[in-house]
Amino acid sequence: MIRVENVSKTYGGQAALAPVSLDFRPGTTTVLIGPSGCGKSTLLRIMMGLVHPDSGRVLVGDRELSAANANELRHRMGYVIQDGGLFPHLTAEGNVTLLARFLKRPVGEIEARIGELADTVQLSPDLLARHPRDLSGGQRQRVGLMRALMLDPEIVLLDEPLGALDPITRSELQAQLKAIFGGIQKTVVLVTHDMGEAAYLGDDIVVMREGRVVQRGPLADLLERPAEAYVTDFIRAQRSPLPPLVEGGHP
Amino acid sequence: MKMLVLLLSVLIPAVPAWGEQTVTVGSKRFTESYILGEIVRQVAEGAGEAKVVYKPGLGNTGIVFAALTSGGIDLYPEYTGTIDREILKNSAPSDIATLNRQLAGLGIGVAVPLGFNNTYALAMREEQAQSLGIRTLSDLARHRSLRLGMSQEFLGRTDGWRGLKQAYALPFATPRGIDHGLSYEAVAQGQVDVIDIYTTDAKIARYKLRVLADDRKFFPAYDAVLLYRLDLPRRAPKTWVALQKLAGKIPEQRMIEMNADAELHGKGFAMAAADFLENAEPGQARGKEGFLSLLFGPDFWRLTQEHLVLVFVSLAAGVAVGVPLGIWAARTPSARQPILSLVGVIQTIPALALFAFLIPLFRQIGVLPALVALFLYALLPIVRNAYTGLSDIAPSLRESALALGLPSGARLRLIELPLASRAILAGIKTSAVINVGTATIAAFIGAGGFGERIAAGLALNDNAMLLAGAIPAAVLALLVQGGFEALDVWLIPKGLRAEKGDMR
Repeated sequence: MIRVENVSKTYGGQAALAPVSLDFRPGTTTVLIGPSGCGKSTLLRIMMGLVHPDSGRVLVGDRELSAANANELRHRMGYVIQDGGLFPHLTAEGNVTLLARFLKRPVGEIEARIGELADTVQLSPDLLARHPRDLSGGQRQRVGLMRALMLDPEIVLLDEPLGALDPITRSELQAQLKAIFGGIQKTVVLVTHDMGEAAYLGDDIVVMREGRVVQRGPLADLLERPAEAYVTDFIRAQRSPLPPLVEGGHP
Repeated sequence: MKMLVLLLSVLIPAVPAWGEQTVTVGSKRFTESYILGEIVRQVAEGAGEAKVVYKPGLGNTGIVFAALTSGGIDLYPEYTGTIDREILKNSAPSDIATLNRQLAGLGIGVAVPLGFNNTYALAMREEQAQSLGIRTLSDLARHRSLRLGMSQEFLGRTDGWRGLKQAYALPFATPRGIDHGLSYEAVAQGQVDVIDIYTTDAKIARYKLRVLADDRKFFPAYDAVLLYRLDLPRRAPKTWVALQKLAGKIPEQRMIEMNADAELHGKGFAMAAADFLENAEPGQARGKEGFLSLLFGPDFWRLTQEHLVLVFVSLAAGVAVGVPLGIWAARTPSARQPILSLVGVIQTIPALALFAFLIPLFRQIGVLPALVALFLYALLPIVRNAYTGLSDIAPSLRESALALGLPSGARLRLIELPLASRAILAGIKTSAVINVGTATIAAFIGAGGFGERIAAGLALNDNAMLLAGAIPAAVLALLVQGGFEALDVWLIPKGLRAEKGDMR
């Protein structure tokens, strides 16, 4: 479980994040959603310790994230970014096992874990010997996911992980993510600006705007009891070629 | 790391060893000084007392005298006028006893007048001098359209251009600087009209030049003497006795002949000296032999080894210091500007100026100051490329490394340095290739290498000799370049290497 208390961040006089408090529970996938610049990625990066908040604190379990324990706590968190963030000088396997090898985990354990993860993300094991530039976008993202899950972290943070993928690959991976996170007792936080993705993957949705949390709740709540007109506007703004998802039979 | 092991394995066998009792002879970088240096060397060796080391062609007065006072050399041939005006800055002419009194404080003495006076003079094409009616330096002042080409040393010396211009009220602006070895060709081909010469130069007659009379007696006497460290007679008494027998043995005409032997008849300096001493040694006259045997002469492997030591020891130090400096600049924004500016400024210091500065600092000439200078020159490409390579790493990769929870050192070692490896290696390669070229200048301070041949070739205006030094240096540069390209395949991670057909 991971919690932020009153974290805020200002960039060059511009508030990126007003003081925000949220907690994220095990076994739940929480989606942070909002337009570009709403502070959702900043919040995720603060939780990862990549950005220092101007105020407030981050609690991982019952420990407060600090410069001194950041690396140790990061070992309990998996982080996935758009396009995987893979290191081009290492093979897919090198990327996945980098941290485990640095921490001197037993070789047998590492190998078993790779096999298991390749299976989970449905990546053909022979692709593991390739370098990132020889993999497709979807394959790179699967490898990025394997790297994040390697040490079996309690917390997984995903920052627009599927943003750079074509629709078919994206849809496939959404299904896989749902399967992966559905079965495990992990705290999952996913950032996206795609309402369809949020509706599909999120047990809990946090709508953000201009550095503030507008509303938090399951999709049904957001639809039926929007805190502001903005919530409805944001949800409606997502076009779909299919019959309207939201309006149901209310013309 | 792989790199370091490789470098060390190449270089360790090449580190020079120091001997027991040695006498080190120096000379300046022009024909006559090379020959006199050889005569001194051969006489000292003949005494059979000490190991004699010869450092020929050390450069101009400043460098050679610095080498003498710092103990880098024990003696070298010099001229009284130069000692008087240039070294001691006396305004009135002094005799040898006075010079000795003034030099004693530095631990230096003047002795063994060799028997000839080689003064400065100005000369021009006989033909032109005749048609303009110029016989003396005073006549020169009436022809302000003449083009002057003077050696750099002459231009800088108080007993050279500056004093001369004043004494004769010469109406010329500062003349063009030109290497003494090339000035005869320049005047013969009409590129300049008046050059400075030494009166014992062999080429005066060869190129049909008129030596202009010094009618106001501006130039002092330049009697050839030996300038030596005062402890030399005590350290090597027999050698000193043998050297004293040279006093008065070289009349002016004999010196001109020896200069002609070397410059015009293709005799080596050693051979010209040996002929004078009637020594059977060493080697035969050149000219009969082809260029190839000059190129691969008996000194070829020694020069190659010296050159490699200069290039790779300085490069290894450049890598050991430059890469960390580049890392520091990339990681610490406040350190960036000072570091990059400093290594940039170092690059602008001319090599000879840097040498002249380093010799008194290290109190020696030769390999050490040369290595330090080459090391300093190697820094800029290495530091800059390491800095750029590290700074250019995509922020998303930097964050990914951070998010994994790797400590700072591990991020550097496992992620950042490998990602920057291509840029870092390119910087090292650039430094290595540049160093091969710059190392040729190190010969001017007695550090050896292919530059020895270039310096000698320049002093003699001997193109074959010059090429015999320049060609191996160029080939070495190509080999170094090729070697590094092979290393790329080994050291740059496969995922970063350009593949065939990739756009670069």
